[in-house]
Amino acid sequence: MTVVSLHPAPAAFDQRRTAQALLLLAALLTVGRNVLPEQLVRLPEAMVIPFAHWINAVFAFLRDDLGLMTLTRTFSDVVEFCLDVTANLLYGKARWPRVGPIPWVVIAATAATVGHALGGRRLSVLAGGTFVWIALMGQWQWAMETLSVIVVAAPFSVLLGLALGTLAWRFRAAEQILNPLLNIAQSLPHFAYMIPVVVFIGVGPKAGAIVTIIFSVPPMIRLTLLGLRSVPPEIIESGKMSGATRWQLMTRVRLPAARTELLIGVNQVIMQSLAMVVLASFIGMPGLGQKLLQLLQALKIGLSFEIGLTIVLLAILLDRMSKAWAHRQPVHHATDASWLKRHPHLAAWIVLTVFGFVLSALHPYFTEVERKQALSLAGPIDAGVDALLTVIAPVAEWLRWFLITWVLIPLRDAFLWLPTSAVLVFVAAIGWRVGGRRSALVCLSFAMPIALSGWWDRAMITVYMVTVSVVLAILIGVPLGLIAAAKPKRAERMLLLCDTMQTFPSFIYLIPVIMLFGVNDVAVIAAVVVFATVPILRYTIEGLRGVPPELVEAAEMSGASRGQMLRHVKLPLAVPTLLVGANQSIMFSLFMVIIAAFIGTQDLGQEMQRALSAADVGKGLVLGFAVAFIGLLADHILLTWSRDRVALLSSRSS
Amino acid sequence: MQRQTRLLMTAAGLALAASGALAEDSSDPITIPIHNWSSQIVMSNVVGQIFEAEGNSVEYVSTDSQAVYEAVRLGDATLELEVWEGAFGASFRAAVEKGGIVDVATHNAVTREDWWYPMWTKEACPGLPDWKALNDCAAKFATPETGTKGRFLGGPVDWLKHDQEKVDALGMNFAVVNAGSAAAIWAEIAAAEKTKTPIVVFNWTPNFAEAVWPGEFVEFPKWEEGCDKDPAVGPVPDKTYDCGNPANGYLKIAAWDGMAEKWPKAFATLQKVSFTNAQIAEMAKLVDVDGMEPEEAATTWLAANEAVWKTWIQ
Repeated sequence: MTVVSLHPAPAAFDQRRTAQALLLLAALLTVGRNVLPEQLVRLPEAMVIPFAHWINAVFAFLRDDLGLMTLTRTFSDVVEFCLDVTANLLYGKARWPRVGPIPWVVIAATAATVGHALGGRRLSVLAGGTFVWIALMGQWQWAMETLSVIVVAAPFSVLLGLALGTLAWRFRAAEQILNPLLNIAQSLPHFAYMIPVVVFIGVGPKAGAIVTIIFSVPPMIRLTLLGLRSVPPEIIESGKMSGATRWQLMTRVRLPAARTELLIGVNQVIMQSLAMVVLASFIGMPGLGQKLLQLLQALKIGLSFEIGLTIVLLAILLDRMSKAWAHRQPVHHATDASWLKRHPHLAAWIVLTVFGFVLSALHPYFTEVERKQALSLAGPIDAGVDALLTVIAPVAEWLRWFLITWVLIPLRDAFLWLPTSAVLVFVAAIGWRVGGRRSALVCLSFAMPIALSGWWDRAMITVYMVTVSVVLAILIGVPLGLIAAAKPKRAERMLLLCDTMQTFPSFIYLIPVIMLFGVNDVAVIAAVVVFATVPILRYTIEGLRGVPPELVEAAEMSGASRGQMLRHVKLPLAVPTLLVGANQSIMFSLFMVIIAAFIGTQDLGQEMQRALSAADVGKGLVLGFAVAFIGLLADHILLTWSRDRVALLSSRSS
Repeated sequence: MQRQTRLLMTAAGLALAASGALAEDSSDPITIPIHNWSSQIVMSNVVGQIFEAEGNSVEYVSTDSQAVYEAVRLGDATLELEVWEGAFGASFRAAVEKGGIVDVATHNAVTREDWWYPMWTKEACPGLPDWKALNDCAAKFATPETGTKGRFLGGPVDWLKHDQEKVDALGMNFAVVNAGSAAAIWAEIAAAEKTKTPIVVFNWTPNFAEAVWPGEFVEFPKWEEGCDKDPAVGPVPDKTYDCGNPANGYLKIAAWDGMAEKWPKAFATLQKVSFTNAQIAEMAKLVDVDGMEPEEAATTWLAANEAVWKTWIQ
């Protein structure tokens, strides 16, 4: 490595030369656009491949001829049975076992006890407090409808992830098939999943559950694989020596040894499930998400904000709980300890539960708080939002005019003006620059299908909006991150804000943003920027915090000023992390741009919305793949670059 | 609430005695889909509570308002209470052609969807509601993104409203901007209300917006049959869509074709269900203006309008 960085190898030199030549070609194609043959400007109609048609044919075959429908319906019946049980327990839906609903005081007490067992007093207060908040705000029924789906979907997803992850770990072929599938699945916009689910499963809570399972399973698979791989061979050896069978080796040795990774997987599953709460309600997931959309439809921002807060609270609670579980070490009691000593939490839980049931028998308020009795923050929130909007309205008016006339319309026209051939060559050039011929080919193989699918113009509009949003997000996020990272306390607070922003249902932003800017690209970009800044901010802070203190000290000793320290020491070292942040920011923007179709866009998202309402699987998936490929293209470039930087840094320091 | 239910139960008992001829309904729940606008949710709850009074069990499921026709066709949802001619006519007809869904009844209510403006707009453009007057003040509706042309804020593209064709046919100085959802249109109106900015948007009736923002539809050349297909029909001889939308579209009830067999009594009731524009607006108002929950609003409405629905279950 050291040698390479000291004398740039001929390979690296060639890489730069080829990239420059390709860039020049792209520039020539762009400059000469008006004299280019028509085929190089846009792909001729005749060359567009009817992917959507093919996909629909495959789906029709699967559904009608192979009878996959019976299989999916059987699976969904199993899921539905589980959903009915949790629905009965949590909110008293008239299904077997017909014992619910469990009073809210009991659930709150249970949550508080579990919180205490996992993470002591603070987590206990957070857990109990969250459920008390839900009950007192009159959201009990909705929240339980949501949870009744999540408590079924998450375990299914964990089990499925474990099984597939193990399969990938055991068989190399399985991994090779799964890996690209997972890459695509994780960059496919949510709506693209939903259309096949509507066709194969139908609508309703079970469809909501299944779309949640599909969406949340990829990280579990990855982390299972990672966990099983990283089990030290010594542990396996000692397992073998004590005569464990293969099954025992798996369940008693490998899985427990991979515990931390697996529990991070569980944590990811829960977070992803909560992220789907609002979107899944488009296909029938009941509860908070559905209510939120209804309230937004009637412009009740205050009330939907309350629901948003509940979703955030639940997400933070479940996140902290599963992390506490991951970090908890098993406790061993002395064998002669009494039952009470060994099970203090169980004992406390029994007492609290009995007490809770007694309370709810005494007064119905402790079973469910009715909407009429509920507290509400909607009044003050509405007033606050209103005041805020009035204050920034004049600035917004000017900003809207300025951005539309001078930035957005010219940029958009420029993106649409670019010849397809120039863009493809440009992509290849960037690929070549970061990773040689192989990367150039990878990049082209992501970009070509978009051109061939016939959605080029729409994809360019999506790219234009993502580009503008990410640039703005960097301009806002990096300085904020620099300020926040200066003090550890401040950094902590900022990271909590990031968590909140990330789990707060993005649909709620859409309405105030329209009120400020109207239905146009400024509103879309404003909504996307809010979301895209989060990862930039997070990774800037993490990147700066990750700089080794020895280096900072060394720089201080050699008399670096604060500005020098930042420019020459901290930022260069944080670049790889920042690139990962930029990469995530692009992913977030892509997802959000698609959702912003609800404001009104003319990009891939708008078509996706159309495909969803027409239940057109082929079109939906083609559009989904187009979005995924844009994401994967950016992902490939940024991650290759980031890896290079890491290699460069480590070779310099060695 | 409980007294209310008991009242309904007695009513149902009477109804049951009267109609002994019909076969028994299945004990499986009737699945009623609900969407994201209040009149439909309340109406679904009203009909659902009537079914419950007849002894059926009912479940509500939230769905997309276009995808629902596929769900009804497959029997995943049992019925749909608001089939708007303008908005869902195409999806409904497509589903009918595929089979599995039947046209049960038509509400007394008529629907209208067209260009609409809130009252304050009239101050800036006094000649309204005439479309020529609107065209003359196009500049007052201009926005940065539409340049010198006026902006018309249309509904989502998948509503297939042919506003652009209308603008072209009538030679209007307007640009059509499509909002992505109904909520986006309401947000624009709410924002315009603060500064009393003139605005012209796509809107429809019956709808909660009428109760919140009084307004009027723009009067285009009257709709004539064939105006959308035959250039000769309408005032402009060589253009289609040179007219307004029909001012009296239907509002239908659709159901899964297995419903009549599985829940014959409920189906018989459903065939009689019919609401008027005023009743639908009232249902929406209970939720959107009075702030009730949909279930509560349905119970309130049923209690106040016994004379209306009692006849349906006899």
